Amino acid sequence: MTEPLLDIKDLYVQFEVYGGRLEVLDGVNFRVGTGEKIGLVGETGCGKTTTMKAILRILPEPPAVIPRGEITFKGRDVLKMNSAELSKVRGRGISMIFQDPTAALNPVFTIGQQFEPVIRYSSPQNRRLSRREIREKAIVSLQEVALADPERLLDSYPLQLSGGMRQRVCIGMALATHPELLIADEPGTSLDVTIQDQVLRLLRELVEEKHTSVILITHTLGVVRETADRVYVMYAGNMVEVAPTPKLFANPLHPYTQGLMQAVPKLTGGGVAHGIPGRIPDYLSPPSGCRFHTRCPHVMDICRREKPPFFSVDGGHQVACFLYDKSPEARRDEAVAA
Amino acid sequence: MSTEILTVDGLKKHFVIGYEGTINRRPIKVKAVDGINFGLQEGETFGLVGESGSGKSTIAYITVGMYQPTEGKMYFRGEDLFAGNLERPLPLRKEIQIVFQDPGSSLNPRRTIRQILELPLRIHRPKEDPLHEVMRLLDMVELPIEYMHKYPQMLSGGEKQIIAIARALATNPSLIILDEPTSALDVSVQGKVINLLLRLQRELGLTYLFITHDLSLMRNVASRVGIMYLGKICEVAEASQFFQDPQHPYTRMLLSSIPVVSEEEEAAKPEKIESTGEIPSPVNVPAGCSFHTRCPHVMDICKHVDPVMVDTSPGHMARCHLFEQPAELIAPFFVEHGDAVAQT
Repeated sequence: MTEPLLDIKDLYVQFEVYGGRLEVLDGVNFRVGTGEKIGLVGETGCGKTTTMKAILRILPEPPAVIPRGEITFKGRDVLKMNSAELSKVRGRGISMIFQDPTAALNPVFTIGQQFEPVIRYSSPQNRRLSRREIREKAIVSLQEVALADPERLLDSYPLQLSGGMRQRVCIGMALATHPELLIADEPGTSLDVTIQDQVLRLLRELVEEKHTSVILITHTLGVVRETADRVYVMYAGNMVEVAPTPKLFANPLHPYTQGLMQAVPKLTGGGVAHGIPGRIPDYLSPPSGCRFHTRCPHVMDICRREKPPFFSVDGGHQVACFLYDKSPEARRDEAVAA
Repeated sequence: MSTEILTVDGLKKHFVIGYEGTINRRPIKVKAVDGINFGLQEGETFGLVGESGSGKSTIAYITVGMYQPTEGKMYFRGEDLFAGNLERPLPLRKEIQIVFQDPGSSLNPRRTIRQILELPLRIHRPKEDPLHEVMRLLDMVELPIEYMHKYPQMLSGGEKQIIAIARALATNPSLIILDEPTSALDVSVQGKVINLLLRLQRELGLTYLFITHDLSLMRNVASRVGIMYLGKICEVAEASQFFQDPQHPYTRMLLSSIPVVSEEEEAAKPEKIESTGEIPSPVNVPAGCSFHTRCPHVMDICKHVDPVMVDTSPGHMARCHLFEQPAELIAPFFVEHGDAVAQT
């Protein structure tokens, strides 16, 4: 495999709070290849957004602390950059689309006014452009996201647009800088099903056309299945499983992924599964060993003591669970137990 | 033969959001609910599905009496819920309860669970021992009894919603309105809440009006489904039939847009209809059929005449010009536009 575009190695993020430290990210490993579409799935509070904010270095520090880890974007460590270098990465290198387009756009400025700085500071040449040239570029960006009548849109305020249109404006803005990596944080969650379908279709087409890499964060498994090439499953600050999309959906390995898949109500009927018992652990004193052991139906002794590393199962399918440990020591333990 | 517990007849709710014109001031109206008919059978789960702004929640709020309808009637076991514009009498209020979408804001953060659950008890069942009843309610929803001393923020999202369900049960209602009860929860928790609701329904013989935008969930809980679009119902059917054979073009678009997790489900979806266009604003509902701006089968008549509900098969109704409409509704249109249109 060639050098990945983004490579996160053993990333830890903690938050200083009254009463201790929240150990949120606990050794996250994550990589995105050039032109790859990655899905990141997990429950609310599992650290998806924290990971992404760490990549862009937009976590408030303090209270956030990054004691260990490496975030390499195009061969350079984001964690070691100064603010001038960071501002080159943000926007030009990595863009982000947020969950709620209403909150992401400023209500007191027109779309055009919000577009201007995005385009102006996206590259050194653009700084010297006139207002009219910038406006023309903005119009092109809005046309790309299939918005009709971009001229009028640029003079509208966000509240004059519908939710789907606002989200498309955000996508247009994020892509106007021609980023190499696009982070889409639940881009369809605040939209209706038919509109979400439109927005995701548009996003897929655009990134394929421009060969942009994408990280799609969501807690809706179905959305990932339709969009991503490879999926990471996250639980309580750990990556627990990664696999090419068809493999993950055909054969989920980690007990957490299996529970998650079963919990999704099916269109074909068959009732609603009970879900996963228990809840996401408290980050002030997370469980020892595997963080999922408190809710796992297959918990073993070793799960309470040791944190499972990634075990390769086949062709890019990796899972952090001792059930899949096929090392000689593990086999011997099994034999002893038998 | 089961009986109808709730009958909705020509229900309308228009909100005045401003005025236009200086001399002839006319109100600007949002037609949140615009002429809706349906009935709930005793003991069933009727699912009401629709996109945001389609008027689902407005129906819920009218049913519990938070709003007065602009027009139309609503009957609970034959009794008019809005008789004489009076405040709803207590015995009737006790029968219809609601669980809101966001348990974080529907529970008072300054009250303990015990206080939250005691309030409806004191109002509706003053003769009973509230403490004993609180314990019984917590037991019914499978939460530890110690929880009554906790405050809402000490509970997880799922537990909060379970408390909201217990509060709705406190009055011994026969109809509970579930307004997106799990859309604020994670899938792993959703199952627990849904199964609790289904068990309670079996044990207590409850009727649910289940409002959601999640069709996959609806498939698994509802016995009948109604689809709403811009303040009107466009299709009503038995759940199993509805998912096998959707009739209305909007319903088919909706069903084909759902992201699913397996191949079997993909096969169960109707043929893909690419969703286009924006949902029109409810202030400015298109003339004729309100879906005509996005409909792949749009005809001339759709832009002028609003269709009515017709039976497409027993127990399955749709509101679309693709199905034969009553002659008196469409005749004036063809007279006006000549026969040329009729042929197209």
